[in-house]
Amino acid sequence: MLTKRIIPCLDVRNRKVTKGVKFQNNIDLGDPIEMAVAYSDGGCDELVFYDITASAQGRGIDIDMVRDVAKAVHIPFAVGGGIKTIEDIRQVLLAGAEKVSVNSLAVRNPDIIAQGAKLFGSQCIVLGMDPVKVENKEKFPSGYEITTQGFRTRTGMDALEWAKRAEGLGAGEIVVNSVDADGTQQGFEITLTRMIAENVGIPVVASGGGGTCKHLIDVFNDAKADAAIIASMIHTGRFTIRQIKDELIAAGIPIRKKW
Amino acid sequence: MITIIDYKAGNLTSVKLAFESIGQKVKITDRPADILQAEKIVFPGVGAACSAMDNLKSLNILDAIKKVIADGVPFFGICIGMQLLFESSQEDGGTACTGILPGSVKKFKTADQFCKIPQMGWNTVKIAKQHPIFAGIDDNSEFYFVHSYYPDCSNKNYIIGQTEYADAVFSSAVAKENIVAVQFHPERSGRIGLKMLENFSNWNGK
Repeated sequence: MLTKRIIPCLDVRNRKVTKGVKFQNNIDLGDPIEMAVAYSDGGCDELVFYDITASAQGRGIDIDMVRDVAKAVHIPFAVGGGIKTIEDIRQVLLAGAEKVSVNSLAVRNPDIIAQGAKLFGSQCIVLGMDPVKVENKEKFPSGYEITTQGFRTRTGMDALEWAKRAEGLGAGEIVVNSVDADGTQQGFEITLTRMIAENVGIPVVASGGGGTCKHLIDVFNDAKADAAIIASMIHTGRFTIRQIKDELIAAGIPIRKKW
Repeated sequence: MITIIDYKAGNLTSVKLAFESIGQKVKITDRPADILQAEKIVFPGVGAACSAMDNLKSLNILDAIKKVIADGVPFFGICIGMQLLFESSQEDGGTACTGILPGSVKKFKTADQFCKIPQMGWNTVKIAKQHPIFAGIDDNSEFYFVHSYYPDCSNKNYIIGQTEYADAVFSSAVAKENIVAVQFHPERSGRIGLKMLENFSNWNGK
């Protein structure tokens, strides 16, 4: 049986892993390569690295770091944030990443999804989205609007419509990163994640808000997510991946048991 | 020395790095002459069957592949590299493949709206028949899969591993003489995947 994936997220700036709440107040957590190896050895199923920029001013992706990760871990990993061109996507994949996640770039230029899928295959083009809950149901039938720049910029795009459109353009997977839930550890966004999972034929990954094993059980059982991204709950050392997986297995969730 | 065939069907970086991490020397090539001299061959690939077959033809490497297989050189097909060994694929409206192994490649079907295609993630491989490539690997170990089409080997004697997804129980690992081929990605399957690559590196094809 296909297992549900547990994916640690490493936000990287200047080769340091950081973690903030609602995209603010970031603190340093450690070395990205060491952490990637520790999580991979600990049993995570995949890794995602966001904002691997050589500098905070966004001078481009740290390709050397992508290469170092690819040498150090032999599980799939995705790179997102800081991708600006199709050439960036090529460089990141050639350096050894399995997938590239596009977010703001895809909002500005949806065709990048189609181009990436055509050149490199759908399986390596992930659409990341940062939806926020809104009241205006007329303009946003799903009840969620896509934001970019970590909540700062509203796009006027409906989250479900965007998910369907991205699938049509050739995205191979969708990451639903709830702005409301990010960093709160109060649980994943269930409603929208399920709505998207029901309406697209590609895998859906829940992100933002995971703080307990119960949150993960809920996002797999209730939201029907194929994978979940976690950060705080493991970065703080409150849980190991083994502990999380044991609890999920006990709850009957299909999970990779041996590594 | 492991010779990886580069026929412009996807990114070979992870296969190369995985073999290097277990101490193997790797040569990546698209030249028939290199293939004919290889000690061990890895035939990887991601993407679509039709364009992959076209590339094999335009690079003139299909004959070299058939020759080394006939000569007993250990040969490892991975993902599309496995699928191309069969007779045909349903992909791209029907594609004739190499016919080196009996059977065909079919598209996953399911009525379950939450069963996504492609299959993307870790699934178990049930060992149907022991083989040197499984040395030190437990039955029902999980490997990383990414694919929308699956191989259906028509000779049961060649099936060494099976996996369930959507409406199918499919041949996720097959072996015939000096050929072994897997649908999953051992190079992306962590320690257990590296163990399989090491087993291939140590295998004499018999």
